[in-house]
Amino acid sequence: MTANNAIEVSHLTKRFGQKTVVDDISFNVRQGEVFGLLGPNGAGKTTTLRMMATLLRADAGQVKIFGHDTVKEGRLARSMFGLTGQYASVDEDISARENLMIFSRLNGLSRQAARQRTTELLVDFSLENSADKALKNFSGGMRRRLDLAVSLITQPTLIFLDEPTTGLDPRTRTQMWATIRKLVKQGSTVLLTTQYLDEADQLADRLAIIDHGKVVKMGTPAELKRQVGGSKLQFTVGEATQVASAVRLLTAQVPNTIQRTGQRLSVRLNQVTELTSILAAFNQAKIAIDHLSVQEPSLDDAFMALTVGKN
Amino acid sequence: MNTATMAYRNLLKTIHNPDNFMDVVIQPVLFMLMFGYLFGGAIAGGVQAYLPTIVPGILMQTMLSAGSGSGAQIREDLDSGVFDRFKSLPMAHIAPLAGQLFADSLRLLIATITSLTTGYLMGWRPAVGFGWVVAIGLLAIFTGWALSWIFALLGLLMKSAGAVQSASLMTMLVLSFMSNAFVPLRSLTKPLQVVARLNPVTYVITAIRQILATGSWTHESLLVVVVDVVVVAVFAPLAVWAYDRN
Repeated sequence: MTANNAIEVSHLTKRFGQKTVVDDISFNVRQGEVFGLLGPNGAGKTTTLRMMATLLRADAGQVKIFGHDTVKEGRLARSMFGLTGQYASVDEDISARENLMIFSRLNGLSRQAARQRTTELLVDFSLENSADKALKNFSGGMRRRLDLAVSLITQPTLIFLDEPTTGLDPRTRTQMWATIRKLVKQGSTVLLTTQYLDEADQLADRLAIIDHGKVVKMGTPAELKRQVGGSKLQFTVGEATQVASAVRLLTAQVPNTIQRTGQRLSVRLNQVTELTSILAAFNQAKIAIDHLSVQEPSLDDAFMALTVGKN
Repeated sequence: MNTATMAYRNLLKTIHNPDNFMDVVIQPVLFMLMFGYLFGGAIAGGVQAYLPTIVPGILMQTMLSAGSGSGAQIREDLDSGVFDRFKSLPMAHIAPLAGQLFADSLRLLIATITSLTTGYLMGWRPAVGFGWVVAIGLLAIFTGWALSWIFALLGLLMKSAGAVQSASLMTMLVLSFMSNAFVPLRSLTKPLQVVARLNPVTYVITAIRQILATGSWTHESLLVVVVDVVVVAVFAPLAVWAYDRN
């Protein structure tokens, strides 16, 4: 094992009856990075995470957290991470303050330390005004914030986040991202699962794309995008009669397949510099073009290219 | 330590939801009044004469029903997300279960006080004095608590809170009625007598009646205490095992 790996997952496998939900997955998460497990619904992300967080027993393979086996040294491994599950894992019937107090105590803090940490976290997560209200009256965003606050009681160096922003409105989502970035800045390692590509793109240093229980691709968001190919050029030909000659011109300039929808053409560029000669050629042929855009490949493209069908 | 915190958590939950006390407050009063006034005349020739029989009977029935609630509670808790967090914490796996059951002993205490007070108001006057009444109360609570470990195991093994609830209710009904809780054993047909004699609830009720009649710890009552301890010793580890498997 390498000293600077926060998590080492090797040959992890889980079967539910006949179905192999997690199929021989291996990857390492380095200290201080945000590692994203990305995949469609039912791909096996949450199952993988639950095994890593000792909530589910693996059928084969092992997980080491900071070098400690999660089965043989379960209690020690558990003391090293915080977990925020997909469904708010806080008590609905009691208040935010009571939740924080109870979980602080369960994490081994003394009564006084627990009280102090509770106050700190309530302030950090802007919950102090609703601290004593029952959670039933909390919005989804507040509940998620409390949930994350509870995971951070012990200031763990490793944090598991299972779909941290599912069901949140855009504003709360951005706040959540900011909170996660802040944690990373303070030196935490974060492992998150998500089905949102922009979230993975925004937050993750490295990603594993999971589909049908297998890792189909691993790398930085930039690497994954590069795999799909270069930037995509899109434009509309001004005159319908000129579309055919526009296609001919474009074919001469770029070897890639041209897609045509009415007067709209799109093609993948190998290099952005090809754009200059394309525009020059169109100018010479007096073909007017409109609504031109050059798009970097998105993680969506990578995702679509790498995952197959419905789960 | 963690168990105390978990018990505190369950107490807070119960206090925030006072509905949880409905069954232990209203049920014993209702049953005591109904059974006392309905069957008193038929079974014992009068309500007053029936009270020494029915007070321990209803007391144990209430213990069974309060104890059986623990299973459904645990199932409901397990199905909510919060148990994921408990499981991912570095604490002993018995703490969430023991916490629940210790908090539930408050329900048992309330149920005991309500049952005995209702009996008193209906004219029940045990000759042995208040000290022994407290003693049988404690014996009943301890037995109810020991039984709640069995219901906890049931809650951990079954799939849904609804299923746990109906299974618990049926167990409670069979155990309390197929015993000497409400009728003298002699009045039963032979096969039913055999069933009632096999029913452990019969022995607990007999023990309580003996204490109230003699004002001393009888062999029966000591046996009950020993069996209770054995039940906890067997079912608590089983429950933790089932919890880990969940």
